[in-house]
Amino acid sequence: MERILEVNDLHVTFTTYGGTVQAVRGVDFHLDRGETLAIVGESGCGKSVTSNAIMRLIPSPPGKITKGSIVFKGEDVTTYSEKKMRAIRGVDISMIFQDPMTALNPTLTIGTQLMEGLKEHKKITRAQAKEKAIEMMDLVGIPNPEERLKQYPHQFSGGMRQRIVIAIALICDPDLLIADEPTTALDVTIQAQILELFSTIQERTGVSIILITHDLGVVAKIADRIIVMYAGKIIESGTKREIFYQPKHPYTRGLLNSVPRLDTKEELKPIVGTPPDLFSPPKGCPFTARCPYAMEVCDKVYPAQATISDTHHVDCWLQDERAKWLLAAKSLQT
Amino acid sequence: MKRMLKYTLKRLFIMVVTLWVIITLTFLLMISIPGSPFNTDQASNETVQANLEAHYNLDQPYYIQYLLYIKSIATFDFGPSIKQPNQTVNDLLSRGFPISFELGIITIALAVVSGILVGIIAALRHNGFLDYVTMGIAVLGISIPNFILATILIQQLAVNLEIFPTATWRSPAHMVLPVLALATGPMAIIARLTRSTMLEVLTQDYIKMAKAKGLSPWKIVFKHALRNALMPVVTIMGTLFAGILTGTFVIEQIFAIPGMGRYFVESINQRDYPVIMGTTVFYSAFLIMMLFIVDIVYGILDPRIKMHQKGGKSG
Repeated sequence: MERILEVNDLHVTFTTYGGTVQAVRGVDFHLDRGETLAIVGESGCGKSVTSNAIMRLIPSPPGKITKGSIVFKGEDVTTYSEKKMRAIRGVDISMIFQDPMTALNPTLTIGTQLMEGLKEHKKITRAQAKEKAIEMMDLVGIPNPEERLKQYPHQFSGGMRQRIVIAIALICDPDLLIADEPTTALDVTIQAQILELFSTIQERTGVSIILITHDLGVVAKIADRIIVMYAGKIIESGTKREIFYQPKHPYTRGLLNSVPRLDTKEELKPIVGTPPDLFSPPKGCPFTARCPYAMEVCDKVYPAQATISDTHHVDCWLQDERAKWLLAAKSLQT
Repeated sequence: MKRMLKYTLKRLFIMVVTLWVIITLTFLLMISIPGSPFNTDQASNETVQANLEAHYNLDQPYYIQYLLYIKSIATFDFGPSIKQPNQTVNDLLSRGFPISFELGIITIALAVVSGILVGIIAALRHNGFLDYVTMGIAVLGISIPNFILATILIQQLAVNLEIFPTATWRSPAHMVLPVLALATGPMAIIARLTRSTMLEVLTQDYIKMAKAKGLSPWKIVFKHALRNALMPVVTIMGTLFAGILTGTFVIEQIFAIPGMGRYFVESINQRDYPVIMGTTVFYSAFLIMMLFIVDIVYGILDPRIKMHQKGGKSG
């Protein structure tokens, strides 16, 4: 399979009056053509910063990619000039935003906003652009596209707006689609429809998707592989099956436990505590303070990556040979 | 289109009512100030004065005078001026208005265009050198009243440096100082407002979305941001127009510009009733028209603002 994207040792910092925030601290992952990768984690763990870094949309200053590379179709985009980057945005890599109520410009018609990317990047006549726009409206399931193109965002419901945002993202046939919490702001019923739409689109266009979310239900529906981020690092990665059925990192387990379930009457188990302050991230594993399995070493040294299978990796001291007894002991207790 | 017409007609009706209220209030104020046009005339004796009053219908009861005024306004014939012999009010207006209009329009154009541009530049260079410099100047511009600025400009640029003529209204060079004096305040207000709304708009999601589409910064600013940032600016435009209008009275006086403002001020001092009435009605009608245009522009800029009561359908 063709490799679309490879992120190597990415570091992103934000310089503020209070000091430097290390938002992303050494992230490695890759994405193949036609694949859906989910990045999960709680708020402030660096998911969105990572995705914005790929688009080079981090506001700079204060944000800065301090280290690492983002290789998109064989070329490192971190070295690109702003002008060269503009030629990629919207054409090869597109982005879908969280809140469809604010992502569309209230003063321009849907048609204008839909066709504008196309006109910017492709040599195309007005009639062709309109034809393509109508085709996209059809693809995302908006009835009477021709008439709807002339309307303004306030004349659409939230779900419809998100469909339009998706249509805008897809109109130039991108290779990579980054969806930053695309369903968070929607009703549950609309969420399901939008997720369905993602699957349909991927089938038809073969686009690769990076899905950023904190909703594991969404992940279960459409992701192929999952990356779990915590405090600016990837602490576990694997296929959907591996993460859902054999989670290795205590944090991943905590996340899975805090998903409400209908089949038991057990109380929801939240992860106690809050993520560490990224102004001065801890030397060791950042989850130590909240981890029920924490050992002395956790606080002092960051664990080496343990390989569970070809696709499943985890950064945790519990995977060390010398710690296996602890896991056994703890599992006896519960 | 039909809705638009209906809206326009409704607005026209409201404008007429507004104008009528202004006329009535002006009339009440006019008759309540003591004195008459002929008091100051030393030569006139009582018979002459009575004859004069009869000639101008000033001996009639107030309600007759009021009706006569209304009639004169309705027929666009404001009658003769009392103080300026052989001149009708219409003569004064048609002579003064083009000059005042020129002064006002150039001022508005300068204030709006440069105010918005400066605001955009300051917003794009947020917390940079240009931002601090322009906003510093803007604060000065708001703080200094136009008549003070006018005298400073005359002293420095006309008297000391002799770059521009000191007064009157003949060539473009004559226009520079009065327009500058009049435009600086509104320009500064517009610049500061544009800057702050622009800064707010630039953080909106749809701007990020426009960036994600790969649009050029130029398009992002002028197509996506500016339209939204201008809404509050358009809102205060009505007030600014009123400010510029009253500003012209003072500026025309200082620069000896033969516009309407001078007739307006003089007519009040001399109790030249027909001229007071004529200029007031004219100024009010003009301002009301401007406010109407502002509202139309508002509707064009933001499609969410409806000209009619029934809302659009939502999907």
